[in-house]
Amino acid sequence: MIRLDSIAWRVGTFRLESISFTVPAGRYAVLMGRTGCGKTTLLEIICGLRTPRSGRVMIGERDVTHEPPAARGVGYVPQDGALFPTFTVREQIGFALRLRRRPAGEVAARVTLLADELGIAHLLDRRPQHLSGGECQRVALGRALAANPKVLLLDEPLSALDEELRDDLAALLKRVQREHNITALHITHSRAEAAALADVVFRLDEGRVCEVPVTSCEFDGSESLGTPQP
Amino acid sequence: MSVRQARVTPFWSWLALIAGLYLAFLVALLFALAARASPRQVWETLGSREILYATGLSFTTCTLSSLLALLLAVPVGYLLSRGSFRGKAWLDAALDIPIVLPPMVVGLCLLVFFQTAAGRLIERAVPFTYAIGGVVLAQFVVGASFAVRTMRSVFDHLPSRPEEVAMTLGCSRGQAVWMVTLPAARRGMFAAFSIAWARGLGEFGPVLVFAGATRLKTEVLPTSVYIELTGGHLEAAVAVSLLMVALALAVLVAVRLVGEKL
Repeated sequence: MIRLDSIAWRVGTFRLESISFTVPAGRYAVLMGRTGCGKTTLLEIICGLRTPRSGRVMIGERDVTHEPPAARGVGYVPQDGALFPTFTVREQIGFALRLRRRPAGEVAARVTLLADELGIAHLLDRRPQHLSGGECQRVALGRALAANPKVLLLDEPLSALDEELRDDLAALLKRVQREHNITALHITHSRAEAAALADVVFRLDEGRVCEVPVTSCEFDGSESLGTPQP
Repeated sequence: MSVRQARVTPFWSWLALIAGLYLAFLVALLFALAARASPRQVWETLGSREILYATGLSFTTCTLSSLLALLLAVPVGYLLSRGSFRGKAWLDAALDIPIVLPPMVVGLCLLVFFQTAAGRLIERAVPFTYAIGGVVLAQFVVGASFAVRTMRSVFDHLPSRPEEVAMTLGCSRGQAVWMVTLPAARRGMFAAFSIAWARGLGEFGPVLVFAGATRLKTEVLPTSVYIELTGGHLEAAVAVSLLMVALALAVLVAVRLVGEKL
């Protein structure tokens, strides 16, 4: 579960006031809103990369508001993947486990398992500059999942991909979220993405968040995103 | 739009002419220098005991001062690039002081500082004034400013997002910088080291004022040029200058070659 209680944040004239919402455990939530409305800021507050002026961030039953990002147990997939430029795919996926000083055999087994699951087993020795946009996002997803986080935070992971790749990756995201029984919060401004992926949809507008029916986002023909296979 | 793609208009012709004239001037300077001394004279000068000592000292002190400059430049460049704090603009401006001050004044500042109580205390542990330590310090003071500028620019161009992702995966900020950002910055670190090294090689004013120009003690290559010139040995001064030109060109080539491989 992810819960935000009365979160406030401000920089310059931009402000978020009294943001509260809950993503139930094991659900796939989509947070929508226009570009620049503060979606990424909220995600960064949940990650611990930004500190709110007031309010609480709960992950599970734990108040993590004042905990560093490393202690929150979140998996974070930024918009462009933000892969580590000098690491191979194998090193990227194994990074979180190596940090936790897991035995080399366990790290290798986990990397292989995730790489197979995400369809990137043939890329393990490549570096990010030799990966396509879709491959980067799969690697970023594998890296985020490696340490078994309780929640997965996805910042417009499909926005830079072409139509076909978007459909494939959307299906993969939904399948991974189900199989890992993880609570996901995915931000986007695409209604098609929300309709294809969401169990629950929130809209951030003028500094406030409200829940909207998933049916209100259903495919209207203006964007292409097929219904993913669970 | 590149020059190659564009039609050759008077605008591009003028720009090419200005660049060509400047390049021709630089080449003419180097040719004039090379033509001034005979190969035998160059060989004799560079093989002398004093110049061999000065060459060795230049290499050693430049390497040491550049390593120290890099050790300073990495954290300070990172602070200026990623940090947000009151007084940042002042710190940024202060780092340029050694660059904008006349070189002799930098040397005089060092000399006067080491006459103070704090300076004398430091000199009890490591001698600087009119000593080899002084050569390293004089080279470091100016080279570090250039290295910090370079590293700041390197960090400005590296996205911070991978570092932040590393923090969500279990790193502290320091671990994220060490494990993710610094490996990505290795070309920039090599460039900063090289710039400080090349700058240190040519450093003359602060070295002369603070470390002196004692043969076989604090004599580095620029000091050799000065000593030979003031002694009326123009050919010897030219020979040492040619060696410095060759070293500077070698550094330029090394930066390009090693930079591409890193």
